[in-house]
Amino acid sequence: MAQRIPFTLRFLQATSKSGWIALGVFALITLVLLPLAHLALPAGHPLHVSDYVITLGGKILCYAIVAVAMDMIWGFAGILSLGHGVFFALGGYAFGMYLMRSIGLDGVYHSNLPDFMVFLDWKALPWYWQGTQYFLWAVVLVLLVPALLAFVFGYFAFRSRIKGVYFSIITQAMTYAAMLYFFRNETGFGGNNGFTDFKRILGYSISAPGTRVTLFALSALMLMFTLVLGRYLIGSKFGRVLTAIRDAESRVMFIGYNPLWYKLFVWTLSAVLCAVAGALYVPQVGIINPSEMSPANSIEIAIWVAVGGRGTLIGPVIGAFLVNLSKSWFTMAFPEYWLFFLGLIFVLVTLFLPQGVVGIWRRMRGQAKS
Amino acid sequence: MSDPNIGTGHFYVEGEVDLTHHVILYLEDISVSFDGFKALNNLSLTIDDKELRCIIGPNGAGKTTMMDVVTGKTRPDSGTAFFGQTMDLTQLSEAEIAHLGIGRKFQKPTVFEQHTVFENLELAMKTDKRAWRSLFAQLDDAQRDRIADTLRLIRLDQQADRLAGLLSHGQKQWLEIGMLLVQEPKLLLLDEPVAGMTDDETARTAELFKSLAGQHSLVVVEHDMSFIEQLGGKVTVLHEGAVLAEGDLATVQNDQRVIEVYLGR
Amino acid sequence: MRILWILFFLASWYSGAAQAALDPAVLRQLADDDSDVKIAAIQQIAQSADPLAERVLKALADDGLAVVDTKILILEDEQAVDAATGAAVVPAPENPDTIVVNNRVRSALNAALAALNLFNPDRATRFSATRALAQSADASIAPLLTRALQQEKDPEIKEQLTEVLAFANLQNADAAVRLAAVKTLGASSRPNVRNALEAQLSTESVEAVRIAIQASLRAIDGRIALGEQVGRIFSGISLGSVLLLAALGLAITYGVMGVINMAHGELLMIGAYATYAVQSAFRHYFPAALDWYVLAAIPVAFFSAALVGILMERTVIRWLYGRTLETLLATWGLSLILIQSARVIFGAQNVEVSNPSWMSGGVSVVSNLVLPWNRIIIIGFALFVLLLVWVLLNRTRLGMFVRAVTQNRPMASCVGVPTGRIDSLAFGLGAGIAGLGGVALSQISNVGPDMGQGYIVDSFMVVVLGGVGQLAGSVWAALGLGVVTKFLEGWAGAVIAKIAVLIFIIIFIQKRPQGLFALKGRFVEN
Repeated sequence: MAQRIPFTLRFLQATSKSGWIALGVFALITLVLLPLAHLALPAGHPLHVSDYVITLGGKILCYAIVAVAMDMIWGFAGILSLGHGVFFALGGYAFGMYLMRSIGLDGVYHSNLPDFMVFLDWKALPWYWQGTQYFLWAVVLVLLVPALLAFVFGYFAFRSRIKGVYFSIITQAMTYAAMLYFFRNETGFGGNNGFTDFKRILGYSISAPGTRVTLFALSALMLMFTLVLGRYLIGSKFGRVLTAIRDAESRVMFIGYNPLWYKLFVWTLSAVLCAVAGALYVPQVGIINPSEMSPANSIEIAIWVAVGGRGTLIGPVIGAFLVNLSKSWFTMAFPEYWLFFLGLIFVLVTLFLPQGVVGIWRRMRGQAKS
Repeated sequence: MSDPNIGTGHFYVEGEVDLTHHVILYLEDISVSFDGFKALNNLSLTIDDKELRCIIGPNGAGKTTMMDVVTGKTRPDSGTAFFGQTMDLTQLSEAEIAHLGIGRKFQKPTVFEQHTVFENLELAMKTDKRAWRSLFAQLDDAQRDRIADTLRLIRLDQQADRLAGLLSHGQKQWLEIGMLLVQEPKLLLLDEPVAGMTDDETARTAELFKSLAGQHSLVVVEHDMSFIEQLGGKVTVLHEGAVLAEGDLATVQNDQRVIEVYLGR
Repeated sequence: MRILWILFFLASWYSGAAQAALDPAVLRQLADDDSDVKIAAIQQIAQSADPLAERVLKALADDGLAVVDTKILILEDEQAVDAATGAAVVPAPENPDTIVVNNRVRSALNAALAALNLFNPDRATRFSATRALAQSADASIAPLLTRALQQEKDPEIKEQLTEVLAFANLQNADAAVRLAAVKTLGASSRPNVRNALEAQLSTESVEAVRIAIQASLRAIDGRIALGEQVGRIFSGISLGSVLLLAALGLAITYGVMGVINMAHGELLMIGAYATYAVQSAFRHYFPAALDWYVLAAIPVAFFSAALVGILMERTVIRWLYGRTLETLLATWGLSLILIQSARVIFGAQNVEVSNPSWMSGGVSVVSNLVLPWNRIIIIGFALFVLLLVWVLLNRTRLGMFVRAVTQNRPMASCVGVPTGRIDSLAFGLGAGIAGLGGVALSQISNVGPDMGQGYIVDSFMVVVLGGVGQLAGSVWAALGLGVVTKFLEGWAGAVIAKIAVLIFIIIFIQKRPQGLFALKGRFVEN
């Protein structure tokens, strides 16, 4: 026990053996079976996986990343953010800038500028669009911009010890303000319509099956990485301090921890994970607009986590899949009733399932044992 | 800037408590008021290094507020609070004060209920408590031993892996004391540490505190007179936010003003 | 110049003559090909004060004036009347040539028609004619205005006419007349007067007049700016009163009870829809009393929102006391259900709620500032609701119980306060107050299923900014936010103003989490 274990090993060891097996199965399905079933099998084949499934699946994988990121701060640090949509959308916008530039001269107006700028009669790119034609710079923006916003916002909020409902409400105000800001045409991000009509990514056609499957697989990989990272984080002393802050913040201060930096780190990390999810999401659904920043969108993320079971890592993933699959089913079958159903989930889960689906599972296992 | 070393005949070390005059805590003319109510009224108090001091007083005398001021939870309206000769507590945050070596036990036992007993001690233990470090922190053997020793001392070694929320009230009190000990503070502030303990446990706590007094400074706020008697040491009586009397227990108990305050006029 | 010459001629010709009928020669000029001649004729006719003049000009405006041989005929309902005498011409000629009027002539014609109204015996007609001329008066109608001014007895109209005349004289050839006009106009506060003065300044050659123009411009600018400031403060107070109405219910449910209710905006919506329903009912059953539907809507809105509130409390919120974040999510779910219910019941489109007649129109304070009645009434209504809340909380048994329960629930329960019932009633009260807010909102904004969404954040900001549990704080916060928002809007546009206010509040809460009116003490943090 005396020798120090290298960090990489500890990082990987944090996930248990059964955890790795589960991840392996997940990887087999999402990285091998589904892509093969989509690409190799002909459209008429009974096991063929359609475009629709791949797109929907990729979308929900991105949502699952967001849900896990949300759970890191809500489930483990007890901070309920109602503004996570803003980080997701910023990641999407940052990457969307690259996608817009990749359209090149193939837009409606055959101009070097994105179509909406031509429409607004702009003559040159605004300064913050400089360099966005480079993929790597776009990636840097995806990581940096949301991180910066989260850091600055979090620094001031946590330093002033804003917590609980106050924090939730000001995060909601933040995303609301951001939405209003992005709605303006002068902001330079396409106003109401946002970005759309993407053509290619790194030279590959964005609608080609190969590109779609690759994006799908990348989302799956990112989700797996997020889970392993989350497992390490909550298994570390950092994670224990975080849950201690959630349960008795002042006690944590009196034993010498400054909660500010703990909260700020996990808050910023969570924001960056959301941004990456947003960047993966945009090329798959083909559009990003300010409605992604609407308060309703952000609060929905919380319900994915609650449905699955907060304070666990697998719960948010399950929740994201359950809620979003029912959403696509409802909006096709009974569009009138979707909001009733969603509203009911909010009410019923908070009243009867505080531990979410994972809680039911645990209770059943506990009963089986005893 | 005057050289802090002049006239003190020793070297000033950043981050170290300066105990040149064998005084660990100076409170001078501290006043705190809440909406016109004066919780502390020009309170002045000094605690010597390695001293065991008991503080008594009726409800609303300002005992808890005094601890709040020392630990940085409440900022005084006026007055100064110094830790050793050099450290101005009124300028520091709770975490910084804890880091300097002031530990506090609350009136209501507050342990981390969702953590195991072992983890509670691990969190409290004296170490680098910065966020970045804790991301990569690993317990070494010396630290494990230290936790094991403490567990035995507070008689919770059998409960090490239980969730702290499942402990009895008295056990929680002990766990909190254990958390204070692994913090290795120079000054311990204990707010009613034996509330809810059996007589047997109370006696054991008194023994523990007396053994600690040689190594740390202790300030104990308590209502239980027999416990204070067991502790020995100097007693300070607070009343209406100021010191009413000071001395050993017998002297204080015979003080006419103290009797008046406790028994009413 | 030609017009001026004609006018001069007309004015001198006029002074002695008293007309019994219109001069056929002048009438014939209406058919002239030259627009200038036409205009001169129009003005001459207008000044004749002949009872036929208005008929002629109206006919001209309606393309109903025709030339037959040498006569000008007015064509009315298949009849023809001689414009000079007013005698009917029988039989009416077939397919007469009507006189064509181009745009330039038409505007002169309209001015002349308005000017004719200056001599109307009805005060209201004269008043509105003066107003209309204030926008369009030019040198051509100056003599007419002079005459109207001489005849006018009403002091208010007289004052306005003086200004209109000065406006018309601004380009007079006589520098002395111009100077007098400029000086008179210095008392005006209309933006178009200001523009005309500025235009004149650029062409004015007489130094004395230039100086006078500059002085008058300064005076007008000062008054316009004052009007704008007063207008902004008013709309700020108006917005503040709306915010206050939206937030007062929340001041009870969140401020006093500590329940975070994300469906608060939907309770406003219920109040607004209740108003709509009452309006529809009135339209159907008591159309005669339609003007007073708003008064009936007040109790209906209060009780329907209160009922929904009590239902919410009984079924959901009750089980979540003390778990604020869970309450937040559950009430958000309730808000989704309420929105969708509104959509299913009333349709997804906005419904139309109209102001009763006594709430439309406004009070004119300065000439460039009109305060709408509906806004003024809503400010008064906000004060009324505020008083109601204050009385309920501080002067009734219910209020005392509510305060007792929020301060110490177990103790209140021990002394026999039915805490469960008090919770329901207090929440219902907060919801009902929100319903009242909805009545006010229905009068000034769209009523639709989503209308409540925008108010959650705003209401919370008011309550939080004012200091939780502080009624006075909420009032100041609402007014302050309203006024600040309106000033920022004038300065930077609505969206930026909104964002700036949100950022300001975020910073404010960080600096002063306890709000404007802080409770201080050892229990605050817990």
